[in-house]
Amino acid sequence: MNYLKVLLNGIVKENPTFVLLLGMCPTLGTTSSALNGMSMGLATMAVLICSNFVISLVKNVIPDMVRIPSFIVVIASLVTVLQMLIKAYAPDIDKSLGLFIPLIVVNCIILGRAEAFAAKNNPVASIFDGIGMGLGFSIALTLLGAVREILGTGHVFGVELFSDSYGALIFVLAPGAFIALGYLIAIINKIKN
Amino acid sequence: MKKLKSTWYNMAIVLTLIAVIAGGLLAYVNSITEGPIAEINQKNEDQAKKDVLCTDEIEILNETTINLDGKEFIVYNAGEKGCAVKAVDPNNASFGGDLTIMVGFDPDGNVLGYSILNTNETPGLGAKAADWFQKDGKGSIIGMNPGAKELTVRKDGGDVDAITASTITSRSFLRAVNAAYDAYRQSLGRGPIPAPDTQTGATQQASANEVVEVVEEVVDSVELN
Amino acid sequence: MGYILIFITAIFVNNVVLSQFLGICPFLGVSKKVETASGMAAAVAFVLTIATIVTYLIQIYLLEPFHLAYLQTIAFILVIAALVQMVEIVLKKVSPSLYQALGVFLPLITTNCCILGVAIQVASGTYAAPGLEHNLLTGIVYAVSTALGFGLALIVFAGIREQLARVAVPKGVQGMSIALITAGLLAMAFMGFSGVNNGLQKLFGI
Repeated sequence: MNYLKVLLNGIVKENPTFVLLLGMCPTLGTTSSALNGMSMGLATMAVLICSNFVISLVKNVIPDMVRIPSFIVVIASLVTVLQMLIKAYAPDIDKSLGLFIPLIVVNCIILGRAEAFAAKNNPVASIFDGIGMGLGFSIALTLLGAVREILGTGHVFGVELFSDSYGALIFVLAPGAFIALGYLIAIINKIKN
Repeated sequence: MKKLKSTWYNMAIVLTLIAVIAGGLLAYVNSITEGPIAEINQKNEDQAKKDVLCTDEIEILNETTINLDGKEFIVYNAGEKGCAVKAVDPNNASFGGDLTIMVGFDPDGNVLGYSILNTNETPGLGAKAADWFQKDGKGSIIGMNPGAKELTVRKDGGDVDAITASTITSRSFLRAVNAAYDAYRQSLGRGPIPAPDTQTGATQQASANEVVEVVEEVVDSVELN
Repeated sequence: MGYILIFITAIFVNNVVLSQFLGICPFLGVSKKVETASGMAAAVAFVLTIATIVTYLIQIYLLEPFHLAYLQTIAFILVIAALVQMVEIVLKKVSPSLYQALGVFLPLITTNCCILGVAIQVASGTYAAPGLEHNLLTGIVYAVSTALGFGLALIVFAGIREQLARVAVPKGVQGMSIALITAGLLAMAFMGFSGVNNGLQKLFGI
């Protein structure tokens, strides 16, 4: 197994957001700025790496019929641990992501990768898959967040590109999330062909 | 290692084990993070009290909880330095839910400063409110007195410039400031403020009556408009 | 009156899909036909209401008295997963016709974040209920309204997509791309309702 290939697979070929279209709720809900998008991406990546690792370690001691509930318990505990750590040591992130942190549990990417990859591969490969998928997700969220923030406010990561009185606020609000992602997917399809 | 078979015995053991390990792990992490979380919340509030009263040293003489429209307002009395009031938007009609702010008033009731404690608003808009109404912001409310004239945005005939393209957020914010002033006035209107532990049912009853009056005032003013 | 306000706010002003971004996966996934969309909407309404009641009771009578608030996420997701299974089994026995209509959607609901999201909002009392207390009754009203809001958004969107299937879409934006842009326009239309809750609140005198 080529670990680099596993890593790149998640970032490019099977990018969870742009290609697999998984985990749309946090993708749209938390990308009102590049920084928020990146925090959400990294939080999800942390859970994904840990859950992939743990699940591939214990995959043989879990009987098939209770596979899904066991995975859900593992993922939910990891998410809760992350939630408590963020609350304690990065309260600003907790403030801006709010409800979407516990909702990482129901992000289809995590259970999906547990089923499709971690339950069939060894722990090291599973970690690389987690990093790849997590990075793919983070890059997508940061990109979408940056696009929305630039169009909406003229800022990105706190740098002013143009005055925010020229920004189209609609991109920071709900409709802009759908529209910006729609066009980003169109552009990526174009590049791929 | 061979995969375990899906017998009842195996499944029960595995599920119980996983649940126990998960529960133990969470209890452990909870015990570690509980302290820092409480500390951060406390620190944020202490810092906010100092910020809104424009001072580095603060001594809270007493704190009073006031109920307006079924929402809790906490008035922290710092004597000569004024009062810091933890307030929410009484109408709760903003996009995301409760907007919680801390407002400082000097003894004459002028706004000294404010700080946004919690907002579920669209990220970016709520964040804007953190600077917009400050002294060097575009819609400064510092020095205004909600008692002399209720703070409203220009669109509604007031003196405050609303945040560009988010009038709703601005209205919600100003409602919270006005409500904070009401709470502040009420806390003083009761003469010497009783210490929190000696608060009796009678004073609470009195404040409830006042609330009814305030609500009636609000309703009247709405109908007049 | 307050209940009507919660109802209207949750359906139109603060729509669960179009402004809170919960339940996007089924919104995009099962919205190609109005018929399947209606089935999904009904299944979600059913599970969402039951799940909200059960999780609220768990929060009040189990998690809070024993100081186990940190187990919230894990307890809620397990309850929801178990509930979905149970609903599936009961439905199969009691009403085979209803099971046939909703059956395929039930397993998908476990990972629908609008269920867990609403359950957490109700249990921690962070939803908008002006003039009312956050209790079981307002929680149920909020959950039912949210479910209706989800159904409305899903069915309207499915209707638009059915029409969209008949027209020539530029090649570059075919598929998910045009669906997302359509959803954006729909969200923009729903933004027209913002402020309605404010006006009603004044009207009702809350």
